Amino acid sequence: MQHDNLVEIEDVAFGYGARQVLKGINLTAKRGQVIAIMGSSGCGKTTLLRLIGGQVKPGQGTVRVAGESVGELDPASLYRLRRKMGMLFQFGALFTDMSVFDNVAFQLREHTDLPEDAIRDLVLMKLHAVGLRGAAQLMPAELSGGMARRVALARAIALEPMLVMYDEPFAGLDPISLGVTGNLIRRLTDTLGLTSLVVTHDVQESLKIVDYVYFVSEGVIVAEGSADDIRASDLPFVHQFVHGEADGPVPFHYPAPSYAVDLRLGG
Amino acid sequence: MLKRSIENLGNRTIQGVWRIGFAARFFLAMLLHSGTAFRRFGLTVREMYFTGVLSLIIILVSGLFVGMVLGLQGYETLQTYGSEEALGVLVALSLVRELGPVVAALLFASRAGSAITAEIGLMKATEQLSAMEMMAVDPIARVVAPRFWAGVISMPLLAALFSAMGIFGGYLVGVQLIGVDEGSFWSQMQSAVDFEQDILNGVIKSVVFGVAITTIALFEGYDAPPTAEGVSGATTRTVVTSSLAVLALDFVLTAFMFRGIN
Repeated sequence: MQHDNLVEIEDVAFGYGARQVLKGINLTAKRGQVIAIMGSSGCGKTTLLRLIGGQVKPGQGTVRVAGESVGELDPASLYRLRRKMGMLFQFGALFTDMSVFDNVAFQLREHTDLPEDAIRDLVLMKLHAVGLRGAAQLMPAELSGGMARRVALARAIALEPMLVMYDEPFAGLDPISLGVTGNLIRRLTDTLGLTSLVVTHDVQESLKIVDYVYFVSEGVIVAEGSADDIRASDLPFVHQFVHGEADGPVPFHYPAPSYAVDLRLGG
Repeated sequence: MLKRSIENLGNRTIQGVWRIGFAARFFLAMLLHSGTAFRRFGLTVREMYFTGVLSLIIILVSGLFVGMVLGLQGYETLQTYGSEEALGVLVALSLVRELGPVVAALLFASRAGSAITAEIGLMKATEQLSAMEMMAVDPIARVVAPRFWAGVISMPLLAALFSAMGIFGGYLVGVQLIGVDEGSFWSQMQSAVDFEQDILNGVIKSVVFGVAITTIALFEGYDAPPTAEGVSGATTRTVVTSSLAVLALDFVLTAFMFRGIN
């Protein structure tokens, strides 16, 4: 059934100027699942999230969220759709001039007519869910990186979205925060009935919590499967990635003229 | 060599024209999305506090000193013609017509304009504007437009306060210190300063400067590359460009406003 899939990406290509980042991506995200999109840094994972959020339009192909083609929506419909999406940015992107409480309350105040009492209760519930109810009055500058990410998560789920996208949720966290964040993503997905799309290159942490994994390399999906499939995969790229080997299908060196020519050795 | 420099020139010209076009679109979008700035006037008032109220000290102190210097210099010159009673007129007209709007605008550009650029630039660099967009809130309507209107409203008020402080400074030096006759100081000023020709034109100038400075500051911040270098460059450009724009606009406006006066 089509409606089982919340996100459907068909043959999508996208480039910044002359540089082609994505070259024909196919990907689907079933409702209620945690999907990971993995790949080396700069392979276009974040661009994929921006396409789903409608911040950029695909050069080719379609991106569908809940049956609507994101690239073809007018601004009003796009904003209506975005109210049902949450996004967690890499470093939280909290509003630095507002307290933790006001950050989480932001969307409730912008998009609803709820009385301040109701907003207060809702915000405290969301903060409780990420374990930071006690930090409600702190300013973003007073939070650690892991805490900021959890506040951003509370903010992303404030309007009870159907889809939450995470841009590198594990980057730069200590092992405890790492586990906490991973568990939160899984637990919130299950309890709130969300669908989660996690862009990451943290293989070990994400394989613990995801239902399905897509590997992106050089603009295309090179491998996909459940966590166990990926662990057992013998595809050279996946093997290099999962085991963190320095050289393999993904070269250590950025493309350059031959070393000998660059050093002016010989003819 | 020659070919490359011509190519460079062409590239820069195209980039420049493209940027002007982007700035024009930005300005239009800002006007079109101004509804929120008025519907939720609290947002604008909050920005007026940051751009206007926090600029008060520098504006008031500078105004006082400029007026005091005007008092001294004016007295020196007028004395040679035996018309030192006209000191009030000289101080008031120079302030209301020129120095008030222009100096207040230059101070506003360096105090508030730079702050606006740095704030918007950093909000962009830390993905706060992107996050707002993803939360279905238009950053132009929510962040940019209230700051624009706050600047446009604050600028004439600051210029008026600057002029008032300047006149008070001129009075302190001229009347209290040097001993020019108080009655003629005020009465000559009252009869010579025309509401429409002088005060209203000064207000028009400061509104135009307010539009120019806040637009430049907001655009530079919005367009800044999301790096430390990018934001610092944008802040510098805001101060330089808006100061030059104020002086150039002042010349154009003055030429239009006072051409009929002897």
